[in-house]
Amino acid sequence: MKYEGKVIKYGDNVDTDVIIPARYLNTSDHAELASHCMEDLDKTFVTRVQQGDIITAGFNFGCGSSREHAPIAIKASGISLVIAKSFARIFYRNSINIGLAIVECPEAVAGISEGDKVEADMDNGIIRNLTTGKEYKTAPFPEFVQKIIENGGLINSIAEGIIK
Amino acid sequence: MGMTMTQKILAGHAGLETVQAGQLILASLDLVLGNDITSPVAIKEFSKLNKDGVFDKEKVTMVMDHFAPNKDIKAAEQCKMCRDFCGEKEVVHFYDVGKMGIEHALLPEQGLVTSGNVVIGADSHTCTYGALGAFSTGVGSTDMACGMAIGKAWFKVPSAIKFNLTGKLRKYVSGKDVILHIIGQIGVDGALYRSMEFTGEGLSSLSMSDRLCIANMAIEAGAKNGIFEVDDITLEYVKAHGAKEPVVYKADEDAVYDEVIDINLSEIEPTVSFPHLPENAKTFKEIGDIKINQVVIGSCTNGRLEDLQESAEIMKGKKCADGVRVIVIPATQKIYLEAMEQGLLKIFIESGAVVSTPTCGPCLGGHMGILTKGERAVATTNRNFVGRMGHVESEVYLASPAVAAASAITGKISSPWEVMNYEV
Repeated sequence: MKYEGKVIKYGDNVDTDVIIPARYLNTSDHAELASHCMEDLDKTFVTRVQQGDIITAGFNFGCGSSREHAPIAIKASGISLVIAKSFARIFYRNSINIGLAIVECPEAVAGISEGDKVEADMDNGIIRNLTTGKEYKTAPFPEFVQKIIENGGLINSIAEGIIK
Repeated sequence: MGMTMTQKILAGHAGLETVQAGQLILASLDLVLGNDITSPVAIKEFSKLNKDGVFDKEKVTMVMDHFAPNKDIKAAEQCKMCRDFCGEKEVVHFYDVGKMGIEHALLPEQGLVTSGNVVIGADSHTCTYGALGAFSTGVGSTDMACGMAIGKAWFKVPSAIKFNLTGKLRKYVSGKDVILHIIGQIGVDGALYRSMEFTGEGLSSLSMSDRLCIANMAIEAGAKNGIFEVDDITLEYVKAHGAKEPVVYKADEDAVYDEVIDINLSEIEPTVSFPHLPENAKTFKEIGDIKINQVVIGSCTNGRLEDLQESAEIMKGKKCADGVRVIVIPATQKIYLEAMEQGLLKIFIESGAVVSTPTCGPCLGGHMGILTKGERAVATTNRNFVGRMGHVESEVYLASPAVAAASAITGKISSPWEVMNYEV
């Protein structure tokens, strides 16, 4: 899987309350959730995000509530990949389960700036900063997780009998 | 190599002799939980699986607590979706207005969780049931959907931090102060992906209410689960609440921990976590005059009977400070009734507080006490993120019921020791 996009950069401890504030949790409509994505952290996000863009962030991205609305809002807003120094665990598994690509790579986060063009080759675990030319290595997903992502998420994996 | 409590429960539910940290397993589930916000997403996903029913009608539960009683039409639609699904699939434990309470106070009270269980819930504070010696963790709606369908979930076996508790809490100090102190010490990602296992001689002085509160906020340190060693207090509790026969898993003597942290309960002081992270914990030596606009006493963290009793003891015969709106939310119908019978609600109302029906309401900025720009609340809830209780420029200070009650009386963030003239 390959991803390429412009980077939108955030800091540490970005919580699910700012990714999608609870006042919008009276719906599960993907487009509506996307229209409020990041609203309490960055009001400009929804106007500047473009299909394929990549978020980079610091430690503990997605901490807080278990709301799957958070990775759904990010994915539906057009983000193709989130690279963080670390992820909160529920956000991490939710992203895998819904098929939002995410990867931990502290070195890449440190070396990538807002607006940089980045390409990520997740089959080989390589992140390239096309703006600076620098390259970063990351660990591939465990096989079990890879299977879920390859099958388009957990629901498909169960529907197709891959997990029983 | 020895296993931790969590690892033993997971091995037992994956049909394996042993497991190791980092191993991916598929574990069978004793209970799958959802609420009115997360269940609708799960129901939509479930419908893609072409399953006629849920894996076990007794082992799925939905609790209408977040935006219930319905705060608006959209919330009403979400509750209806859950109600219709549970009706159609004959889900036994569906809790609607009148029966419902805040999920993590309700389930232990109703005896739906027992020691040794594996529980997933589409709510991050599902880690609460670790207080009963269960492995219990928050997941998302897709996990909930799959759990409802096949009764299993995938987990990466966690490593653990062991908290060795000694000593005894002082008066007006409770489980909330302990967990805020711990999060202040290790940080909001201090236990990321790991278990927090609580043990030691200090356990015997911690009530079940304290333990539920501590386990509840394990997620605020990033933990996968918080879990308490089972003792007589646990066994009495599960028996008294009619839960299934407990299965006691003890950590092996040679269990491997990433870290062992000693906590002397006798040294814990009333603690407050400042905006905008639970790790910003301070004791009153570091807290100046901070005026407040609102106090919230309630939530899955601190809406239990003991929390209301402690608050009422402090507020009895006193008036809430002018300009402070005080909202008390008993966490379940049973707690509400007991608080009424014990005269606690009268104390709250006479002091100038309002008493609400059970709901998560203000904790997540849903309804029943939203803050506007520049307002400040002391809350017994669990998160103080930006905008958590309303406006992005409002502030939430996390504290115990005793601190919240003391602050309600003075109108500023106050120590119960000071308000009650308690000599330490």
